[in-house]
Amino acid sequence: MPSTPIIEIRNLSFAYEPSRPVLRNIELSVPRGAVVGIMGQSGCGKTTLLRVIMGALTPSAGSARVLGHDVANLRREPLFEMRRKMGMLFQFGALFTDISVYENVAFPLREHLSLPEPLLNDLVMMKLQAVGLRGAAHLMPTELSGGMARRVALARSIALDPQLMLYDEPFTGLDPISFGVITRLIRELNDSLGATSIIVTHDVQEALGVVDYVYFMAGGRVIAQGTPDEIRSSAEPFVNQFVNGRSDGPVPFHYPAPQYRADLELAEH
Amino acid sequence: MDLKGMRAAAQMGLRARLERLGGTVTGQVWRLGYASRFLGYMVLHSGTAMRRFGLTMKEIYFAGVLSLVIILVSGLFVGMVLALQGYETLQRYGSSEALGVLVALSLVRELGPVVAGLLFASRAGSAITAEIGLMKATEQLSAMEMMAVDPIARVVAPRFWGGVLSMPLLAALFSAMGIFGGYLVGVQLIGVDAGAFWSQMQAAVDVRNDILNGVIKSLVFGVAVTWIAVFEGYDAPPTAEGVSRATTRTVVTSSLAILALDFVLTALMFTGGP
Repeated sequence: MPSTPIIEIRNLSFAYEPSRPVLRNIELSVPRGAVVGIMGQSGCGKTTLLRVIMGALTPSAGSARVLGHDVANLRREPLFEMRRKMGMLFQFGALFTDISVYENVAFPLREHLSLPEPLLNDLVMMKLQAVGLRGAAHLMPTELSGGMARRVALARSIALDPQLMLYDEPFTGLDPISFGVITRLIRELNDSLGATSIIVTHDVQEALGVVDYVYFMAGGRVIAQGTPDEIRSSAEPFVNQFVNGRSDGPVPFHYPAPQYRADLELAEH
Repeated sequence: MDLKGMRAAAQMGLRARLERLGGTVTGQVWRLGYASRFLGYMVLHSGTAMRRFGLTMKEIYFAGVLSLVIILVSGLFVGMVLALQGYETLQRYGSSEALGVLVALSLVRELGPVVAGLLFASRAGSAITAEIGLMKATEQLSAMEMMAVDPIARVVAPRFWGGVLSMPLLAALFSAMGIFGGYLVGVQLIGVDAGAFWSQMQAAVDVRNDILNGVIKSLVFGVAVTWIAVFEGYDAPPTAEGVSRATTRTVVTSSLAILALDFVLTALMFTGGP
């Protein structure tokens, strides 16, 4: 495996308002060919980190190099050029609802390449075959189940054979069979395309089965990292609570509140 | 509370109200500037909408063709009412054969562009806002950005040009249908002389002064309505409530814009001339 990382993030911070930083001093490196998980609680900053990697947000400090580009200083043209080498699976698929499954997968091909129709047809069919939905090509997105919609979206995101795949909460709301299909596809597509994948998720148990390496985030920082086995046996209290799904621990069960007694009206009488 | 305290409280209240007023005004000015930059960007990135004219044609179908029924039926009834009311007044002065002129000029100069514009805002403008807003809420626009496709060039600009091109055609059809309605009521029902109805209309309606000005009006309304509709949709907060509010705002703002612009355009076009 070549040693140059496909994503290299150094001392990166980000804030919408200077007083409330969302990401603090993130150090992260993703080697080519790996499937890397970025995990943590909702609101820990992992989606914001993904948006920085996509070039949708500019970091307040530090640097993010993605596919050899410094995303902070990219103008629109080179940014779009870089995104043509990336694929992204949105949480609920984000399929275009006014066109069929076939046209959804054909969309990036039609926009970026002027291919003859027979060649385009073959490419679309190959992508749909890879996710097992060649037979659903004529359906409209509204006729698909949640799991199928996500597989179509996956076929669309690999249409241009991306070097880097980004998954935003790919397991949310899936039944066990669809979940099994999606995890298998993530691994298979990563290895067959020779791509690199990043999975942002809070479904820790599910994701630990598919990733090679994990960055664990809390409060805008990376608090732990390692292989899935290292994470499972981590002594870090937060990681331990999260991986084992305990309701109380460093992340308290109760949202900060005044004394219980003060909120009970009857206690006064 | 003593008098001094009450005065201080009243001053505080006044100050808070003034601050709120100032905040609202600067907010609206800022929004207008943002909408103008959005329009500029959209016009500059209209290459795709022009090169792949099929995209714009599709939007002409959605905004224009699908609005035809409401436009034609409304035009017919407006023309019929105009003929009834016009005949009532004209016959008192013994000039009922001028009915054709009254109906045609009212429609071509004013009611055609204005009423068609108002109907267009509620039928097509609201649909454009809701569609773009929902595409944003369901991350379809973000997905497009991630595929290195500019959603303003690919989704917004074709809708804008589709609306702008549809509006004058709809206004013209509205006027034509209205004149036909006026003919039905005036000539067929009331019995005004058909020859007088048509020949006086032909003599009095001027291509440049009346028809061209009407077309210019409808074009301006088309730009205003579609600009407001696409901007509100693109700027809508990505929630159910956000999209619903944006849709309402499109109808209200564009209706007011049409009426205000109509006054300005009428003042410029039809006053002071010979």
